Formats: sequence, structure tokens, C-alpha cells
Amino acid sequence: MPTVIIDNRELEIPAGRRLNGIEAARLAGVEIPHYCWHPGLSVAGSCRMCLVEVGTRDPKTGEIEMQPKLVPACNTIVADNMVLVTNSEKVARARAMVEEDLLLRHPIDCPICDKAGECLLQDYHFEYGQPERRADIRPFTSRRRDLGDVTLFVDRCVMCGRCVRFAREISGTSELMVTGRGARAEIEVVAGYPLNNKLSGNVVDLCPVGALGDKDFLYRQRVWYLRRHRGVCTGCSTGCSIWIEENQDRVWRIKPRENPLVNKWWICNDGRYDYPHVHDPRRLTQPTGRDGLAIDWTALPNELNRSLGEAGRLAAVLSPFLTVEEAYLLCKLIRGIDAEAPLAIGPVPEVGEDERFPGGFTIRAEKCPNRRGVEAVIAHFARRVATFDELLAELDQDAVQGVWVSGGYKHEWIGQATAARFERLKLLVVQDLFPSPLSERATYLLPGAAYPEREGSYVNCADRLQSVRRAIRPPAGVRTEGSLCWELLGRKGLYNARAALDEIAREMLYFSVAVEPAPEMGIDLKANLLAG
Amino acid sequence: MTHEPVLLANVEKKDSHTLAVYEAGGGYRGLRRALKEMSPEDVVELVKQSGLRGRGGAGFPAGMKWSFLPEKHPGPIYFCVNADESEPGTFVNRVQMELDPHQVLEGTILSCYATRATTAYVYLRYEYPLCRRRMQAAIDECCAAGYLGSNILGSDFSLDVYIHVGAGAYVCGEETGLIESIEGRRAWPRIKPPFPAVEGLFRKPTVVHNVETLACVKHIVDRGAGWFRSMGTPPEPNNPRDPGSFGPKLFGLSGHVNRPGCYEAPLGISVGQLIEQFGGGVWKGRKAKAAVLGGLSTGVVATAEFDTPLDFAAPMRVGCPGLGTGGVVVLDETYSMVDFLHNSCRFFAHESCGQCTPCREGTYWALQMMERIKAGRGRLRDLDLLREIGESIGIMPGTTICGLADGAAWPIKTALSKFRDEFEEYIMRTNPNGYMETEPVEALVGV
Repeated sequence: MPTVIIDNRELEIPAGRRLNGIEAARLAGVEIPHYCWHPGLSVAGSCRMCLVEVGTRDPKTGEIEMQPKLVPACNTIVADNMVLVTNSEKVARARAMVEEDLLLRHPIDCPICDKAGECLLQDYHFEYGQPERRADIRPFTSRRRDLGDVTLFVDRCVMCGRCVRFAREISGTSELMVTGRGARAEIEVVAGYPLNNKLSGNVVDLCPVGALGDKDFLYRQRVWYLRRHRGVCTGCSTGCSIWIEENQDRVWRIKPRENPLVNKWWICNDGRYDYPHVHDPRRLTQPTGRDGLAIDWTALPNELNRSLGEAGRLAAVLSPFLTVEEAYLLCKLIRGIDAEAPLAIGPVPEVGEDERFPGGFTIRAEKCPNRRGVEAVIAHFARRVATFDELLAELDQDAVQGVWVSGGYKHEWIGQATAARFERLKLLVVQDLFPSPLSERATYLLPGAAYPEREGSYVNCADRLQSVRRAIRPPAGVRTEGSLCWELLGRKGLYNARAALDEIAREMLYFSVAVEPAPEMGIDLKANLLAG
Repeated sequence: MTHEPVLLANVEKKDSHTLAVYEAGGGYRGLRRALKEMSPEDVVELVKQSGLRGRGGAGFPAGMKWSFLPEKHPGPIYFCVNADESEPGTFVNRVQMELDPHQVLEGTILSCYATRATTAYVYLRYEYPLCRRRMQAAIDECCAAGYLGSNILGSDFSLDVYIHVGAGAYVCGEETGLIESIEGRRAWPRIKPPFPAVEGLFRKPTVVHNVETLACVKHIVDRGAGWFRSMGTPPEPNNPRDPGSFGPKLFGLSGHVNRPGCYEAPLGISVGQLIEQFGGGVWKGRKAKAAVLGGLSTGVVATAEFDTPLDFAAPMRVGCPGLGTGGVVVLDETYSMVDFLHNSCRFFAHESCGQCTPCREGTYWALQMMERIKAGRGRLRDLDLLREIGESIGIMPGTTICGLADGAAWPIKTALSKFRDEFEEYIMRTNPNGYMETEPVEALVGV
């Protein structure tokens, strides 16, 4: 294997991997600061923050010959016997120079800047900058420019060009450009053609400083108040890995979580701004009976179990927004009471066609996170996955008397006409986020959980299972589907998604690889099918 | 020393820019012979033997540049003629293209033949409208006469030449900036590697040469490598990296001289000789104070250094980076070096492309300081800061992608090291109360 020497430490590079200096140093535990380089974008090599000394070691004599010039690590592909020095006086001086240069015309308005606290300019200046300001002081300016989906704070920009390259290489929309030369260079759009594409929010994440502001997040929270939790986007069946950032059970921001096997470094705006429904005041927060009177949660489980037992032929509608564990527990519950109960998948929302971007990112037409997972669970219990329409047909023939419907849809999902077909049921349990024509007819209307409140696993369109913990607590009065079914099944303790998944993995071939603690990038369920 | 002009042999003739006059003077004879008798490898070998070095500023051996092209490449290979002559004090390419465009074209055709390039772009700066007309007319004449187009002069070799007019940016003269500009993008020089010979214009192997270099190729093919090597300075024996400086060179002489103009002399003529022999001495009977050596970005030499030979190696002995473009600008004794450096900083701050941090901010900062110094609010400390900027920006220390920052740095470095007394005297005279101040002070204006 090729050996690289980084700051006097030898590092073996995995054979066949093309790494640049920054990536190799990271493997060795050495941080090389950089602004313009990003693993998902082409190499610009212009910020000059990643300058290092490079040399070669003669494999026979062990003598090291260094190049006289500093070299950007981002554009240096490491090779056998290459020597990188990142901690020399020369490198430190170059970094201090770049930091000093970048702050020459920077407004240093950190107290009113959204990026403060997660700003590379701050971090690197603290780490590598020099304490004294030697440049002439200029009047404070902080010009703003509306670029479309995002706001540009012109004077905070360090001209790394990441946003411009993103718009050219990943979204393929090329709205952004640089105008002006030298110190007058600025990020701009052509008048009448604003930054307006479904991936535009990513440029805010890419911006290493506070130049690009997310209009949705601007001035709403200081980032150091936010706690972030691993999540999976439920916007479509791509199932992007995300960070859910919350403060005291309020979601403020969704950011992409790096996952080379799913979404790389990106998410779409649909997923990024898909959290307001979580805090929608119209959400159901109180279990009610058919008369519309509130029911107390403490009495409800027993009452539900009794009603289900007395109803006769049962059926269940499993929403594609449920996690695998929740679907499993619900199937187990319904089938435990009525072993022949038909199990149907809820309506699968489809909008348009898959949208594929030049950088490879795809937004799927299937706007739910877990159709595959829920269908696999149903198939295990019922052999046949009934569609929602098939269930409706059975209702019309009065073939079932009691139905449990899990909703969880973010938008209106059922109309009056369809809901009316549930009219003649003896028992209708509806667990959902929002009131709907169906909820009006429910014998028991139970408030359901939104995705940051759920715990469990999703299976995306490529059979990748990703498990998440809950990011926020559900609002008072709401119990997640998982915890409710857990209790209805008479299980001990609190809802434990991991235990449920272990059970599922033991019982079902499709999920059998999910026994290990789930890696952050998820598990490929197909791997097992191929092997089996 | 008498030198019979070769590169400028035609310029005095009436209608020198036309094909008829050029052919009457022996033009395109070399091309006919080369296409018949020489293989492309022969031409490369000939140019290698001649020791021709690029006339654009860096002085890179032309034959070696050609040998970097990948062998047996399926093509296309592109050729770019760098006619974006925007170095302050430089105007020799303009003379060549206006008065002898066919000489440039013949050199281009020969070089394309040698490199197997099938398309050549002449990247011409916007400010040269007459060059554009004359070059286009020359291309049209060549197409009609069979010197350009398919199967040139009955051979297998085909070549198209296009003129691409830039929009007037200094950085377009940097070869990868030029390539980006031809591709229709902003002229931000590319990070190297890959070098243009491997991946250049439209991601294909590309050769970029200065106008004057190509004119030399024509004469090397006409007269042989021996003739070319009979002029100039042989390699310095103590410096293994010096391939020597051979051949004739055009010098653009301007500034405070009696007869400014474009002159041809063998490499190795000294600054003083050039001023006296061709320029007729410093104007108004004054003495010289300094001279820009070869375009602004090579910095200045003081009068005491006027015996410096103008070749590729000697300027390094007086603290300058090299010959540059051969644009000599003479400054007389009344001219303030503060004004000189201010003007230089203004130019480079204006022309920095804005890509690399050290250049974008360094040139801007230097200009801010020079503005303040000029306005009588300078501090002695500023000179150290200026020097530090000069020493830390550019491809020499490795802090930028292209050489523009080096160009900005050399005038600062040379002016401050050779005329520091004058700067100190100016600052102390104009800012008697504040010249020792060390705290940052308010800048004058935004640039």
C-alpha cells in the first residue's frame, strides 16, 4: 500500500483510493484548513488556505527532498513516498496571511451574523490567524443582495466560489456567477434569473462564512442553541440522511447529513423546508371519541383493546410514513386479535416524475419514506399486500367491521367521498396528524407523531435501511404509533425500536442483516437477498 | 554592434501587411520548404536546437513546451496565439501584427505543423482594432492562397486560424486564463496540474505561444538554428538551469527618452545601450533615475544597474525576475518613485482577477497603503508591510495560481529595495507628525 508521510507520521493509504492532501491528512488525524475545496465539487485551489509543504522521500536512501514552493493540498493527489508538512513555520505564516487577507474587507459583524458559531472564518482565525490587525480600518459595511432563494451578505463573502460551482456542477442550473475583478469580485445573478432551483438551499450549507443566508432560518436562532439529531428525510423515497436541528423540542433547521451511499452532501429544498407541519397549530393533540369528547390517555389502551376485540373482522391501513418497527407492531396487534385481518398499505403519494440533477442527486416522485419497509412487513404477516383501493372495496361489501387507519400524512390525503366509505364500520380507529374527513368519522381519533418525533427505521427506494432516534418530543397529548402499539401489545417498559427491529430481523429474511447496531449510512438490505 | 533587423525587416515597406509584399520579401518560402522537406518532428528538433525561449515573459524553451504534448494523441490538438499584449510598457506584438501580420501567421502555421495542431486561435486584446483588421485580412489572404485551410499547399496538413477578441483583461494573457476566456468563461486561470499541454482548451492538449515567439519560429525555419544561436548570451556555466538566451528580440522602448519605439536587437544588449543607441538618450537633457526592465511586472533597475544585459538570466542578478516582455520604460530623475509604485499598485489591484485570496486582497491592500502614502499620511511601518505583501504573494512563494501576483510583487520589491530612501524621505516630509505611528489608521477610500 502507498505510504505517505504527514508531519513525520507514516500513513498507509488504502490502495486504489485517490486522495488529495486534505483527505489524506484527515485520515492521519491532521486538520488542513480550507475554504474553497469541497469533496463534492471540482477543485478550485483559489482560497490558498490549504497550503502545505510537499516533498518526496527517496525509497532507497530515505532522504527527503522538499519543494521550495508551498502547494495547495486540495490539488495534490498523494502518492507513495510523498511527504506533507502541515505544521511548519512557513505553513503557519501562509495561513495567517490568508486569514489576515480575508479579514481586510470583512465587516466582522459576527454579533449579527447567522453563521457565527459555525463559521470557518471564525474558527480558522482563532486557530491560525494572527491577533493583531495591521490593515487600515475601513468603514463598516454589510451590503445585502437578494439572489432569489437565498440572501447574499456581499461583504462577508470570501470568494471561495463553492456556491457558483454547486450551481454549475450539482444542480446544473448555473444561476450564480462572479462579477467584477479583484477586490470588487462579487457573487451575483443575472437580473431576472434569480437562484431558484430545488437544490438551492445547499449553497447556504456550502458557504464557509456568513455570506449566504437561508431566508427560512435567517435571524431565527443562534446556532449554539441548536442541538442536532440524526434523521432521515421523509419527503420522498430517496430517504436522504439529514440533521434535524432543534431547540427545546422546536425544529429550526434541517441540514443534509453526509451519506455517500444516499444523498452525498445534499438535500433538496422540499426536504429542507419540510418541517413547519411539525409545529402546525392544527395538529391533533387530544384523543377523542366519536362524540368528539376528549378521552384520557390512561384509560384509552384498555378501551381500545376491548373495542378491537369486540369489533369482529378487523383490517388495518398502514401508512407509508410509519417506520418499519411501528408497522410491525401494528400488524402484530391487529393480527393478534384477528389472525385473518386484511392489511393494506395506505395511499402512496406520487407527484410528477423522478427528478434527476446533473450531479446525480434525485428527487423521487414517490413522496413517502417507507413504502418498501411497510410493504415488506405486511407481506410477512399477510402474504399479500392489499392496496388501499382493495380495502375500500372490502368496506363496500361490508366484509370488515373494524379498521385501524394510520395516517401521518403531511398534506390532505383523503376526500369526503372516500371517507364516506368508512361510514358503516362498527369501529374506526384513526391515528393521524391533522383533522380530515376520515377523522370526523372515527370511533377513536388518536393524535399521531410527526417524523422528528418518531423512532425506528425507514427503507428507501434502493432497499437501504436507516434507523433514527427521535429528535424532539411529541407535543403534549400525542403518543407515537410505536409507543401506543407497544403498550397495546402489553409489552413491558417503554417503546424500544431497537428491540423491535431485532425481533423483525429474526423473523423476516428481508430484514435479517439489520441485527447489528445500524451504521450511520444505513444497511443495504439487498446485500442479504443476493447472498441468500 | 550592428544588427540587421529580421523580425522588423518588413515594417518599413509600403503595404507591408499585404500578402504580395510579404511574399516578395521571401515570405512563405520557408513554409513551402518545410511542408515538403521536413516532418513535424524535424521542425520540433530544429526549434529545440535553436534554443528559442518564449518571448511572452516567462522565457520557457519553446521546443520543450512542444515535447510535453502527449504522443500519438488522437486529437484535436489546439494552438493558441497569445496576442493579449497588455503588460504595461509593452507594444511589440502590436507592431508585428499591424505591420507584418503574415510573419506571425507563417510562424503560427509552422508551429501548428510541428505540434500537429489543426485549429489555432489568435487571442487578441480588444484594444487592438487595427491588429484585428490586419490579421483577419491576412488570414483571408492565406485561405485564398492555400496557406491555410485543408491540405495546405497540397500536403496532408490542414489548419484553421480564428481570431478571438478578448474584452480587455490583463489576466487573459495568462495562458490558462486565455484558454478559459476562449471557452467563453470568466478568465480565471486554472490550477495546475494539469498543464495545458495535457489538458487545455476544451480539455484537449493545447500549446500557447506569444506572437513574437512564433515570428522567431518562422525565421529559425528560414535561416536555421545555427543562425539563431549566433546571437545572444550563451548559458551561464555556473547555472545548470540556464539554457542560454539566443536570437533577436524586440524591445519596446518608452518613457522619458527622445525616440521611443519598437526596436530589434540581439538578446544581451544592455539597458543603457538600448536607451542611448536606439532611444537617443533621456529626454530634455535630463538624467535617468530608473527604468522598468521588461514590462511593469519585472520591476525596476536603478541607473547604476543600466549595464545589465537584457537577456533571460542577467536581470536576476539585479533583483529582477527576468527579461519579461522586453518593454523598457525609462523614468527620468524628476519622476517620483512613490508615483511609480502607486501607479503600479493601482494597475495590479485593478487587474487582479479576484480568484486567489493573497492576490485579490494583497494587491488591494498595497494600493490602499500607497494611496495613503501618496496623500501624505504614510507611515514608515507601511513600507515593511508593503515589502511583506510583495514577498508573500505569487507563484514564487506558491500562494497563488498564476503569476499575476508575482507581477504585482516585483515592482514593490524592487522599488522598495532600490529606492527605500526616497520613500522614507517622502513619508517623513509629508507626514512629519505621524510617520512613526504604528496603530492602524483610517483608510482613505475604498478601491
